Amino acid sequence: MTDKPRVLDFATDFDHTDPEWVNDPYPIWDDLRERCPVAHTERFGGAWFPATHAGVSAIAKDTENFTSRDVIVHDGRPTEEDLPAPIGLAPPITSDPPFHQIARKLILPAFSPGVVNALEPKIRALCNELLDDIIAEGVVNASMDYARLIPPAVIREMLGFPGEDMDIFIRCVHVITESIDRPEEERIELFAPVEEYFRTKIEEHMENPRDDLTSFLLNAEINGEKLAVEHVFGTMVLILVAGIDTTWGAIGASLWHLAQHPQDLARLVNEPELMPVAIEEFLRFYAPVTMARLVKADMEYLGCPMKEDDWILLGFPAANRDPVVFKDADHFIIDRAENRHVAFGLGIHRCIGSNLARLELRVALQEFIKRYPKFELENKDDVTWAQGQIRGPRNLPLRILS
Amino acid sequence: MGENVKVVIDADLCQGQGRCFSIAPGMFTFDELGNGVVIGDGTLTPATMDLARLAQANCPEHAIFIEESS
Repeated sequence: MTDKPRVLDFATDFDHTDPEWVNDPYPIWDDLRERCPVAHTERFGGAWFPATHAGVSAIAKDTENFTSRDVIVHDGRPTEEDLPAPIGLAPPITSDPPFHQIARKLILPAFSPGVVNALEPKIRALCNELLDDIIAEGVVNASMDYARLIPPAVIREMLGFPGEDMDIFIRCVHVITESIDRPEEERIELFAPVEEYFRTKIEEHMENPRDDLTSFLLNAEINGEKLAVEHVFGTMVLILVAGIDTTWGAIGASLWHLAQHPQDLARLVNEPELMPVAIEEFLRFYAPVTMARLVKADMEYLGCPMKEDDWILLGFPAANRDPVVFKDADHFIIDRAENRHVAFGLGIHRCIGSNLARLELRVALQEFIKRYPKFELENKDDVTWAQGQIRGPRNLPLRILS
Repeated sequence: MGENVKVVIDADLCQGQGRCFSIAPGMFTFDELGNGVVIGDGTLTPATMDLARLAQANCPEHAIFIEESS
């Protein structure tokens, strides 16, 4: 993908896009936790990676010393001028206090458990349609033909673009999360058709309001004033980016696990009441989302000489494997009763879509194992993993067993 | 006994992770923002104590407290 030199020592030169990290980051994190526990790199213009739960937790909750102005690690840095550009202003994920709370309170009601749970029948029907479409010649690509297609359809439904081509949504996400080593101009160019599409949709909704999230955002007010179109646009992009690859990754990784652990699969098939507890362990063990912060000013923090505009790669998945917090942290325990995992982050930026993500993950797994109660990996070596801050299997051929 | 044990959510710490009302839906619910809310006055009995402790042990924000007052 790039000509970047391979990483030789993750403690002093880490790179989360290095193939070793992409393929299997867990041994790297275990090693860093013991050795550092905060890794550093000069790549991306300087970045730090705390590998412990304590380090991740401290930074996630510290909005005095760290800003969320940009949350995807790349070579560039946001400036005041380019905030509205593709990666820029996506409130509230890229907002800091005090504006953050205002922007967040505005959209929380749209993602509250009551609102989200009403989507369950639609999600269940969608999963079954996808399963009906799979012509299983004994092998199903559970990532490309199933997990990948569920989240964009749900987000499309919420934003109010029924029947639209899903490729535009998927492309939008990939430009932002996976082209981090392309030149800035190229990223803007790649994003242009996506931006145009959403601007058109916003205009349509302004002329003809409907009962959907797009109209909800256009009608929302801060201090008696409607949101700027840039704010609405940014939040729509956020909902797409945050809601698609993430849940795709979680569904895919869970099926990848079940394909290799027939005992866990059998328990879920035979004890459906186990599903809510199992979901939390899937989320702990295979947390898909790593976030980022920027250091506000030069300082010594966690014993590290941090510089203004250094990145912090905020590894919630690594925190979830910290043995200080989780007993048998490196074991997947399907009925783990005490599970304080941080898959959805910690503090004021807790994932707004967590209720929706859980619902999608639960329904997607329930319907898949109902249809296919026995399956295994077709070929371990064919499984590929997404590169970047959102982790999940991209190619996942499963052999259906009778 | 003269003792009253209650489960309490610290609203400043709660970030709406949603674990409490999933684990113990009879003990917790949620407000319009999705933050956790204790149902009733939160008084615990020996029969409900374990469930409250389980919810507490699953809160990533450490926002649930079990308090004794005489």
